[in-house]
Amino acid sequence: MRPEWKDFVGGKWENEINVRDFIQKNYHPYDGDESFLADATQNTKDLWNMVLDLQKKEREAGGVLDMDTKVVSTITSHGPGYLDKSKETIVGFQTDKPFKRSLQPYGGIRMAEKACSDNGYEVDPEISEFFSTHRKTHNAGCFDAYNEEMRACRSSHIITGLPDAYGRGRIIGDYRRVALYGIDRLIEDKLAQKDSTGRVMTDDIIRLREEISEQIVALKMMKQMAASYGCDISKPATNVKEAIQATYFGYLCAVKEQNGAAMSLGRTSTFIDCFAERDLANGTFTEEQIQEFIDHFIMKLRCVKFARTPEYNQIFAGDPVWVTESIGGVGVDGRHMVTKSSFRYLHTLTNLGPSPEPNLTVLWSTRLPENFKRYCAKMSIKTSSIQYENDDLMRPVHADDYGIACCVSSMVIGKEMQFFGARANLAKCLLYALNGGVDEVSKKQVGPKYRKVEGDVLDYDDVISKFTDMMEWQADVYVNTLNVIHYMHDKYCYERAQMALHDRDVKRYFATGIAGLSIVADSLSAIKYAKVEVIRDEDGIIVDFKTTGDFPKYGNDDDRVDQIAHDIVSRFMTAVRRHHTYRNGVPTMSVLTITSNVTYGKATGNTPDGRKKGQPFAPGANPMHGRDTHGAIASLSSVSKLPFEDAQDGISNTFSIIPGALGKEDKVFAGDIDIDLNN
Amino acid sequence: MQGRIHSIESFGTVDGPGTRFVVFLQGCPMRCAYCHNPDTWEMNAGTLMTPEEVFEQYNRNKGFYKNGGMTVTGGEPLVQVDFLIGLFTIAKSQGVHTCIDTSGIVYKAKNTELIKKLDRLMELTDLVMLDIKHIDSLKHKELTAQPNEDILAFAAYLNEKHVDMWVRHVVVPGLTDDDKYLYDLGYFIGQFSNLKALDVLPYHTMGEAKYKQLNMEYRLAGVPAMDKNKIPEKKKLILEGIKKRRSEPGEPH
Repeated sequence: MRPEWKDFVGGKWENEINVRDFIQKNYHPYDGDESFLADATQNTKDLWNMVLDLQKKEREAGGVLDMDTKVVSTITSHGPGYLDKSKETIVGFQTDKPFKRSLQPYGGIRMAEKACSDNGYEVDPEISEFFSTHRKTHNAGCFDAYNEEMRACRSSHIITGLPDAYGRGRIIGDYRRVALYGIDRLIEDKLAQKDSTGRVMTDDIIRLREEISEQIVALKMMKQMAASYGCDISKPATNVKEAIQATYFGYLCAVKEQNGAAMSLGRTSTFIDCFAERDLANGTFTEEQIQEFIDHFIMKLRCVKFARTPEYNQIFAGDPVWVTESIGGVGVDGRHMVTKSSFRYLHTLTNLGPSPEPNLTVLWSTRLPENFKRYCAKMSIKTSSIQYENDDLMRPVHADDYGIACCVSSMVIGKEMQFFGARANLAKCLLYALNGGVDEVSKKQVGPKYRKVEGDVLDYDDVISKFTDMMEWQADVYVNTLNVIHYMHDKYCYERAQMALHDRDVKRYFATGIAGLSIVADSLSAIKYAKVEVIRDEDGIIVDFKTTGDFPKYGNDDDRVDQIAHDIVSRFMTAVRRHHTYRNGVPTMSVLTITSNVTYGKATGNTPDGRKKGQPFAPGANPMHGRDTHGAIASLSSVSKLPFEDAQDGISNTFSIIPGALGKEDKVFAGDIDIDLNN
Repeated sequence: MQGRIHSIESFGTVDGPGTRFVVFLQGCPMRCAYCHNPDTWEMNAGTLMTPEEVFEQYNRNKGFYKNGGMTVTGGEPLVQVDFLIGLFTIAKSQGVHTCIDTSGIVYKAKNTELIKKLDRLMELTDLVMLDIKHIDSLKHKELTAQPNEDILAFAAYLNEKHVDMWVRHVVVPGLTDDDKYLYDLGYFIGQFSNLKALDVLPYHTMGEAKYKQLNMEYRLAGVPAMDKNKIPEKKKLILEGIKKRRSEPGEPH
């Protein structure tokens, strides 16, 4: 065994790149409570105050403190940057100083220019010229290949949020590999992979060989970048500090080169804990030191920034990075995967205060240890900063080394990746079905000229039949648009750093998504159970509805409408599955517009459920606001009926509640009287 | 048999122990000045449902209620005692923890037919949350349009039946926050050994908006919300009354 691995339990992982095997052989499930946790050190407090100060300055400066306009960001483009070198235990920024946003034009030069100009900066004209004339971008490639229909659908927002002008994101490198194996071993492995490709030079083989070469270049640059910070990551990490640093460097390379719509971290806490336990046992570090390393790591993740435009921020309601870290879950052997470091990661919310980033996500199972569940509940109440996902639902599909990209997209770390696909606006599709493909807002013929609805009262069977046809069309143009996008992204904006930390043959999910599910479900329910009359404008286009009578509304655990929602999800997924997907991606679908529901609403006319033109959609799979009248459990029950097998990329429900509604603030109940009586 | 249902809350966390399925029944004879559900007063409104239909809704999500149970409130649930017997018969057969949140106003000691039904219902009930609005009957009538003798008798009845009781009391500035009456309330309930908890609630003004919506006059308009920081001291007065009563010979401990 290599000396760096001393005291670890050996196994397959020694001879092949297999982080999961390492974790399973070496992690220690922790059933205790949070009492062992250490407070923030003075250095941590000092550094965090510097970050808070920079955040304040950034806000005062209108949202951006500094931008690089001259140097195109690569793994090695910038020298080291620090907050305070003497106090940082984990180092590394995207550029040569904190809060300076990097220039990333490969997704699209116009987007990069606009991100600068909207914030009062100007991209160096030479760079603009270079990326307009000499080096094509992903964005330019997409528009070269788009057909007229795709462009029309894009501008009418029936398919929307497409990653054709910015990085697609949603790819998680197995950053832990850097820590466990060191770069040299990873390069060796990639060379062997390159040597193992087929000899007949088909398109696929040529592309694969070129990609592996790019990955090897990226690995070499990682080593170089780390060296600029005085760190040697060519060999395996020898302790927990090095392990965290190496893992972070792996991630840092990804965000230096990709301004993706979601740049998630993976599932690192239990991996890191293997090193932490070894160091504690050997007396290498104290609990306080280990917490400090983790605090500094999380602090760095909170400082990841991208140059983005106001329009982008509008779609995503802010400037999210989606540094999602998946914590906990249960192993396939039945042992839960909560470790002391699971607590330590969540404890950063106390030591550094609440924060939306990194997106700390607990993979929840009924079989998680009771103490951890209690701690999660406590921290949720205290900070509102923890996301929960159902491990019991995902484990059968992805086993126990998957992570979440963005908010809900699950993938096995280092073995699976995703082609992010934004979403199809189903509410608009329903209106197209009624109007024979004419857009209710622009009045243009965007969809196919199918027969429009006749008469004044909508008939359920007629509408369903037309809607099904229109969904087939929508899925067709949608999937084909995505085929173009991912072809061009691979070609012009390839994620070499992230893919260097993947196996050779990855499973690619071809992700699609839908928006407006609850609107469509309620609209169809209204058509079925109440009377919906149409109101046409002077051109005969249906622009409004008059609904008489009541109808079941999604979000009340009422099967009459919940079944409709279920069927829409299945039907659209079936339509998606009919199509060829780029690189044989496995088609999946999500129902997860957490933030963009507002933007989609703006672009969509009146709907039969009573929603008015311009009003926001409900987020994700949520019921429409105020229509779930039976309380939270009934509302969640409706959501839980959606078929996961047809929405495997995730179903989200945004749920907020005032603390008082979760129980009494003071313990007024049982036992209280006795206690007070003895005063 | 059908009950008149005002609404159902699938996620109740403040109406009894644990997470609870809460059924709001329609209809109430009281007219409490600070009632925040005036839309439940009307006796002949609501949605008609059978006990089986209501229980079916509970059952769909029973996993959520395993540390809680079912609470029936209103309105005044005991107005629909037959429906309650029907619902709780099913609930108890399935081992569900049952709770009634009531004002006790329906109780009439001399109505033998009613008492027979209540006897049956109490066999099916694990907990009663009794809301005592005011210990003084005249003041009680001013506040709720009803005297309180039957309510206080109902507390004694519950004690006799060994049904656990939580007493709730809303503190309204100027109306129910008088120290003497709070102490008297404690002294009164101190005699009951079935008293398991005391819930003292600060009056809030969130109900007022509903009155406006319903085009009804709000009698407490202008009365400020109760400062919740003052609740512990108010509660202490009630507890002192309880302690005094329990220190007397022959009273429960």
